[in-house]
Amino acid sequence: MDSPPTVDWRREIHPILRAANVRQVAYVPDAGHIRLIEACHADPSMRAIVLTNEAEGMGVLAGAWLGGQKGVMLMQSSGVGNCINALSLMQICRFPFLALVTMRGEWGEFNGWQVPMGQNTEAALKGAGVIVQRCDHPEDVAPTIDAALALAFDSEVAVAVLLSQRLIGRKKF
Amino acid sequence: MSLDRREAVRRLLADRGNMLVVSGLGSPTYDVAAAGDDDRNFYLWGAMGSAAPIGLGLAIAQPERRVLVITGDGELLMGLGGLASIAAQRPTNLVIVVLDNERYGETGMQKSHTAHGTDLAAVAQGCGFSRAATVHDESELDRTIRDIRAGEGPMLVAIKVTAGEAGRVLPSRDGVEIKNRFRRAIGV
Ligand SMILES: Cc1ncc(C[n+]2csc(CCOP(=O)(O)OP(=O)(O)O)c2C)c(N)n1
Ligand SMILES: [Mg+2]
Repeated sequence: MDSPPTVDWRREIHPILRAANVRQVAYVPDAGHIRLIEACHADPSMRAIVLTNEAEGMGVLAGAWLGGQKGVMLMQSSGVGNCINALSLMQICRFPFLALVTMRGEWGEFNGWQVPMGQNTEAALKGAGVIVQRCDHPEDVAPTIDAALALAFDSEVAVAVLLSQRLIGRKKF
Repeated sequence: MSLDRREAVRRLLADRGNMLVVSGLGSPTYDVAAAGDDDRNFYLWGAMGSAAPIGLGLAIAQPERRVLVITGDGELLMGLGGLASIAAQRPTNLVIVVLDNERYGETGMQKSHTAHGTDLAAVAQGCGFSRAATVHDESELDRTIRDIRAGEGPMLVAIKVTAGEAGRVLPSRDGVEIKNRFRRAIGV
């Protein structure tokens, strides 16, 4: 059975990032992150940083940490493929890293061009040394992101939380 | 006309005050190390294309300090879109210095795009940098150095340097150590 529709997970993420004192949010837009991107732009305690390519995000967040700030990365699954070599920076220097990845190409996908990367997102991240956690149900989102923030910044490791396409809902064309 | 890269970097980093430095992989990392190791240097040995974005995150996190990225033409070209991302954030304390030998030096001196006409200062200007300039000789460097230290960013200065091996001066390759000592040095 699907979870109760009372949990609006899209509105829960920003307050959790804020409570964790996340100061920089680097992103390439995805429709699944619309609300979160807007909330980060509207929050004077955060800097929302639009990127031309997801690979820039590893650099930006490494720089943020060098300067004493926490940052997170927002992207869709196809962007993971753009990050692989840049993720070596996180691994070799043990920069804390958290990416929130909206999934495409896995659940009722209409656009087959999303499938090759969507089907390889988890393997690609793991191959690049990133710990992968997954949310399939609305009530999972808040606790998973809260725990992932602690894992990334307290244990100084790279973590990705995949927000599944089933959770987000099929894209309607 | 072009400058000696070691001498140019030595001048940039003399009396550096509270400047924070990020160096791009290969020769720029050796040049920065040759000017004198410092805990406030973050040396890259890989992640090609990441030097300027690291400068961006650092400049936002440390707005009271000058952040100087010293990198190569090849390294910058790999992440050219990052210049647009930097311009969008307008970090006034960020300066990118490109040691432009018009070559991929580390890999055998193959010609880079700047040898074929790409003008990195014009690219930065087009992205919306506050200031962008190309330096060809000592007198132009003399005139630019004060801006590099105190002018309003984001700024990109391409220094045309002689294509030649300068000898390798190798700083630590231990990424965790380089990261941790940097953070300790600036008290975060
Ligand atoms: C992703 C990636 N591709 C290729 C290389 C190989 N590589 C190492 S240094 C370098 C050239 C750097 O040229 P530049 O930044 O201009 O520095 P220079 O030595 O010319 O000063 C290349 C292509 C690499 N390290 N990583
Ligand atoms: Mg070069």
